[in-house]
Amino acid sequence: MEAIRPVTEAPDMKDQPAVKADPKWFIMGGVVSIVAWLALIPLGFLIWQSFKTPQTARVPSVWTLKNYIEAYSSSETLVLFSNSVQFAAGTAVLALVIGTGLAWMSERTNTPFKPLFYALSIIPLIIPGILFVVSWIMLASPKIGIINLVLQSLFGTDTVYVDIYSMAGMIWVDGLHYAPIAFLLMTAAFRAMDPSLEESAMMSGASMFQIFRNITLKLAWPAVAASFLILFVRSIESFEVPALLGLPVGIQVFTSSIYDAIHSYPSNIGLAAAYAITLLVITMGGIYMQSRITGQAGKYSTVTGKGFRPRTIDLGRWKYLTAGIFIFYAVLVVILPFIVLLWSSLQKYYSVPSMAALKNVSLTAYKTVIDYPSVGTAVWNSFILSIGSATTVMLLTAIVCWIVLRTKIPGRWLLDNVASVPLVLPGLVMGLAIMVCYLNIGGGIYGTIWIMFIAYVTRFMPYGMRYNTTSMVQLHKELEESAAMSGASWFTVFRRVVLPLLKPGLLAGWIYIVIVSVRELSSSILLYSPGTEVVSIVIWEMWQNGQYVELSAFGVMLIATLFVFVMLAQWIGKRFGVKET
Amino acid sequence: MLTVRALNTEYPSQRGPAVKAAQDVTFEVPAGKFFTLLGPSGCGKTTTLRSIAGLERPVSGEIVVNGRVIFSSERKIFVPPNQRNFGMVFQSYAIWPHMTVFANAAFPLEVRKTKLSKSAIREKVMRVLHAVALDQYADREATKLSGGQQQRLALARALVMEPELLLLDEPLSNLDAKLRDRMRFELKRIQRELGLTTIYVTHDQGEALALSHEIAVMNEGRIVQVGPPRTIYEHPRTKFVADFIGTTNFIDGVALGIDSATGRWNVRTPAGDLLVHTDSELKPDMRVTVSIRPEDVELSDEATTSGSSLNLTSGLVDQKVFLGDFVDFQVKIGDFMLLSRAHPSLRTPIGEQIHVRLNPDKCVAIPEESSARAAA
Repeated sequence: MEAIRPVTEAPDMKDQPAVKADPKWFIMGGVVSIVAWLALIPLGFLIWQSFKTPQTARVPSVWTLKNYIEAYSSSETLVLFSNSVQFAAGTAVLALVIGTGLAWMSERTNTPFKPLFYALSIIPLIIPGILFVVSWIMLASPKIGIINLVLQSLFGTDTVYVDIYSMAGMIWVDGLHYAPIAFLLMTAAFRAMDPSLEESAMMSGASMFQIFRNITLKLAWPAVAASFLILFVRSIESFEVPALLGLPVGIQVFTSSIYDAIHSYPSNIGLAAAYAITLLVITMGGIYMQSRITGQAGKYSTVTGKGFRPRTIDLGRWKYLTAGIFIFYAVLVVILPFIVLLWSSLQKYYSVPSMAALKNVSLTAYKTVIDYPSVGTAVWNSFILSIGSATTVMLLTAIVCWIVLRTKIPGRWLLDNVASVPLVLPGLVMGLAIMVCYLNIGGGIYGTIWIMFIAYVTRFMPYGMRYNTTSMVQLHKELEESAAMSGASWFTVFRRVVLPLLKPGLLAGWIYIVIVSVRELSSSILLYSPGTEVVSIVIWEMWQNGQYVELSAFGVMLIATLFVFVMLAQWIGKRFGVKET
Repeated sequence: MLTVRALNTEYPSQRGPAVKAAQDVTFEVPAGKFFTLLGPSGCGKTTTLRSIAGLERPVSGEIVVNGRVIFSSERKIFVPPNQRNFGMVFQSYAIWPHMTVFANAAFPLEVRKTKLSKSAIREKVMRVLHAVALDQYADREATKLSGGQQQRLALARALVMEPELLLLDEPLSNLDAKLRDRMRFELKRIQRELGLTTIYVTHDQGEALALSHEIAVMNEGRIVQVGPPRTIYEHPRTKFVADFIGTTNFIDGVALGIDSATGRWNVRTPAGDLLVHTDSELKPDMRVTVSIRPEDVELSDEATTSGSSLNLTSGLVDQKVFLGDFVDFQVKIGDFMLLSRAHPSLRTPIGEQIHVRLNPDKCVAIPEESSARAAA
């Protein structure tokens, strides 16, 4: 038995400070400040701006409520509001119906080509929104739309069968564009649903229809409602469709009104800010309701944590119908838009497909695009911005997630919410807020590529949070604790254990942010200046200039590049990623 | 070697007051001993271990290892876990899946302050991997190991740093029964060979009895009884300890007085008057519970004349269950049902009379108060 020396004899321990100045506190403090700055300061400036009059050289800016009065007193506001809600709700319903149908077919039936479902539902995500809209204009515009022309020549009339420049057209294009998101959301919901709940209903003697109505639908209800709200928010924020399809025929929604207010002369930033705040209130309401529903979903507890392979329903001969629906969807969302772009890119001047036009096929447009003055800069800018912001976001949010999930610092839940604030900010509103912020702060950031970098990092921070949280909650806390017990410092634990284990999630999030950064238009459009254009801005400019052929060629190259990038990244991920345990 | 003094920990809870995890936990472990914290889940044993590791910060108390104060609330000392130099094996093993077996075991040597040469690390790691019979798997992916191998790797990783203290948090609970038995021997062998002071946390009384020099039984945040395995098993101080460790019969009774012939207390119970062993102060008319293990209830067909004639009684066989290596009898003595574990050779049929002898040394009387306190 060993005698214990009295405590007072512990010599070197006497003067040890309670908490040492650990470098981890500096890193964590820095990260928290950056996140708070990015998420909150521009928002503050936006609110401030909405109560100010426009500043000119002679008249200084003063406090006012005029912006709100102007925004709300006009009778157009009611139209604006109803247009926005109509558009967003229509889009959300269309996307949800398509997405849920496809998800059910893919998860619960024996439809052929099922493995292709997932791949084909990812591909639309890499097509930039503006290209998707442009291709649908080429397909369904009343004058040059291929669908109209084909139907007209078929029936020998000059009736306009489809008109994309309408509310229905806007809903159609945006709904198709968001259907893949609905598909992914609902697939996750179907996967999380324990099939034994349905099987026990079947054993109780319920019919197929009764099971669907009383069990499946009821269980899926929180997921359906949450998905609807997400889609509603995403579509009320969308800018490309209202700008390209709505503005030419005067169908105004909030996003296009904000854009109009800024681009009118003299630009009315205060009014734009007032609109932006309204839009913000709507999106915040949507996200709040969505999180309430998701929070309550716990009581449905459809996730048991057990791995189960859902039983699939044998559709018999009906499976050819579902396969047909699936192919039709793929044609609408991927094949038709791409072929239209490809066709138009091979022409010297834009013309509808015909035997005569077939003779004029050339690659001139591609050459023009490559020689186009701003293309080189834009491609380089997009490359730097997407790689830079994706890397920054993933590393930044990895530390934020760690703080939220692993420490017991009081108020860490607040940090989580702050980092997710940009989720409720539509891209255009974010662009406006950042513009106002750095115009007033100065510091020479406005007008450089840095302001776009800040915008991208802020805007995609919530995605980084999502990816990192998902993979970090799966990391057993003991993996880090055992490293600490082995004598590793916080920094070493993070670098050698946490980051390598997060690698699959980090990589997936990184790829996603690179893609959305390249597609990004709605924030960039308010922040770019000559020399800092990005690819989506070049496409926008080409559209404004009527350079449809060059636009198509550029679009085709862009989609091809993104496609190759995704494939490459997937391959690298499979090859060098951490193997599943 | 290790002294834990008046340790209190609590967790903030969403509603209401903080949850008290460990309360006034005090114990001492001599160098080279295997000390077990035993108790049901939520009793504060893991919290206590994690406080020693430095993964939790207690509200108050003091922890001293080898004269080094690693935690003291009074003097505001808290040595972070990565500077304590304790080896720890986690319940989930916490094997890093992105590293090989070798890299896992080498990690503690690579990250420590005094750098070692590559060859020195290699030598140390191979030696410890050899000790746990994993040296031939050194270059394998850690995730390719079986459960038992992962467990040994976790042990190797804790041993390679030549720790002052080895902390084991339910290391065997994720193994299947057969493997658990084997690893129990393995663990005991390694601990005894290296003479490493070890703190072991488990809810499995069998493991605790098999491995430890000393056991501290915990309940609801407090240590209820500390002692060598045999004492804990044979002479439980409270009803909780008696019940938690092994199976037991509880017979409620009233203390009568000290028997002049044997010097033992006599207790009146539904199974008759019993002479008992007790570690507590009894008084006449005190309500007590007598605990006796089923294997200490001796049964026979005939009234034996051999051996002691104390605590002899008889009852009827009410039910019996054949379990292979023994037979469980339920014997009805008056209105009282007594469980007995007997050799399979005893074949008294149900309904027949049977003779019962309760060894006074194995009948442990526990006063009501302490059982009431343990249950509170």
